Amino acid sequence: MKATDQEISRRTRRSFLTGGIAAAAGFGTWYWIRNSFDDNGIPRPLRRAEEADDVFSRALFSETRLAKTFDAADIGEARVNGKIGLDGEPNSDWKLIVEGASPVSLDQIKALPKVEHITQFKCIEGWNYIMKWGGARFSDLARAHAPSGAIEKRWAGLETPDGEYYVGLDRASAMHPQTLLAYEMNGLPLTNDHGAPLRLMIPVKYGIKNLKRIGKITFSDSRPRDYWAENGYDYDSGF
Amino acid sequence: MKQIESKHPAAIRWFHWINFPLLSIMIWSGLLIYWANDVYKIGWGNTTPFHFFPQGFYDALGIGSRLSEGMAWHFLFMWLFALNGVCYVLYTIFSGDWRYLVPNRTTLREAIQVVLHDLHLSKAPLPRQKFNGAQKIAYSSIIVMGFGSLVTGLAIWKPVQFGGLTAMLGGYAAARVEHFLLTIGYVLFFVIHLSQVILAGWNNFRAMVTGFEVVNEGD
Repeated sequence: MKATDQEISRRTRRSFLTGGIAAAAGFGTWYWIRNSFDDNGIPRPLRRAEEADDVFSRALFSETRLAKTFDAADIGEARVNGKIGLDGEPNSDWKLIVEGASPVSLDQIKALPKVEHITQFKCIEGWNYIMKWGGARFSDLARAHAPSGAIEKRWAGLETPDGEYYVGLDRASAMHPQTLLAYEMNGLPLTNDHGAPLRLMIPVKYGIKNLKRIGKITFSDSRPRDYWAENGYDYDSGF
Repeated sequence: MKQIESKHPAAIRWFHWINFPLLSIMIWSGLLIYWANDVYKIGWGNTTPFHFFPQGFYDALGIGSRLSEGMAWHFLFMWLFALNGVCYVLYTIFSGDWRYLVPNRTTLREAIQVVLHDLHLSKAPLPRQKFNGAQKIAYSSIIVMGFGSLVTGLAIWKPVQFGGLTAMLGGYAAARVEHFLLTIGYVLFFVIHLSQVILAGWNNFRAMVTGFEVVNEGD
């Protein structure tokens, strides 16, 4: 097609102007997100997007899909990370408080069927290690010791005895067959560093949900507070 | 009088220019995430000629202690990045434009000619065509890489729900390395792409914005 210089300039200008407007709109969106109201550590539009991802994650989640298990030869060094809620020694008369029911002793937990699995612990920072964990299924404890109707609730909340560290779990993840209330690591009783006397070992979630030194378990239809979700991280943080 | 020739359809131009900020945000937020456990390096034994990344690099880009923010950006823009990429691929399939992009049996020979020509090792003129062999290979590879980023990304994001995929990629840690290497690949692509665009000149660049190329009569 023949065109005059004028025509070429006009069409060029028009295209660049459209491009400029599109670029400004894109930059505006970026600027709006960055300068939005802070919602627990991240701009609100990003928080909304994470909540939408969480709905997707829960819809995707299947209890029949298990985290990969490994061989004993794959077991590596456990890494200690995070001391929140672990001040001092655990109480010698420690009992697990289950809201609305009687406290549960470690012996009662050990009387539940013992489950062991070798799974990969994945920190949200990006590192991981493979370890053998032993304990009772969260679901077994809930069925045996939680008040009636508790396991029908949408959420479970766990916190350390001092209430400094707390996590919330959707029901499907809490009741997942690999979700353990662990009292053994690599065949030995848990050390304080790793959350003695009882910790959560939930291989379908990032490490931040694997609460150490559990003090109390609650069941509710409203979403429990979550320490890292209050500090900018995704609430679901599941795999 | 000059001639103008349609070169790039409007859809392709939009996909291309929308991809640019989306991929930039994905790489930047990916760096915010990677910083939290920046263990990758090029080296052997105790020798580490290069560590990803030197402190000066992080300082210059303001990267550090922003993991949660990085994840939040990454997990929003991944949808837009994927959507734009899928739309692009569907467009090239249904418009027939894939014919200009997918390598065929003469592509490799053409690509070698292009490289020799660009390195001034060959003086033979290149045939005039929409995309030369080197471009076909580069532009098709980048789509395969994009697909790789989606797949490795899914394997890292949901390694239990997509456990089969994660295992196929060699496991969780391997999928992370692959995801990272693809990103390095984009950066290398970008450097070469940008220098080729500069060398090709204004008429070529303008075509990616306006869609047309100006051809002087007699060409």
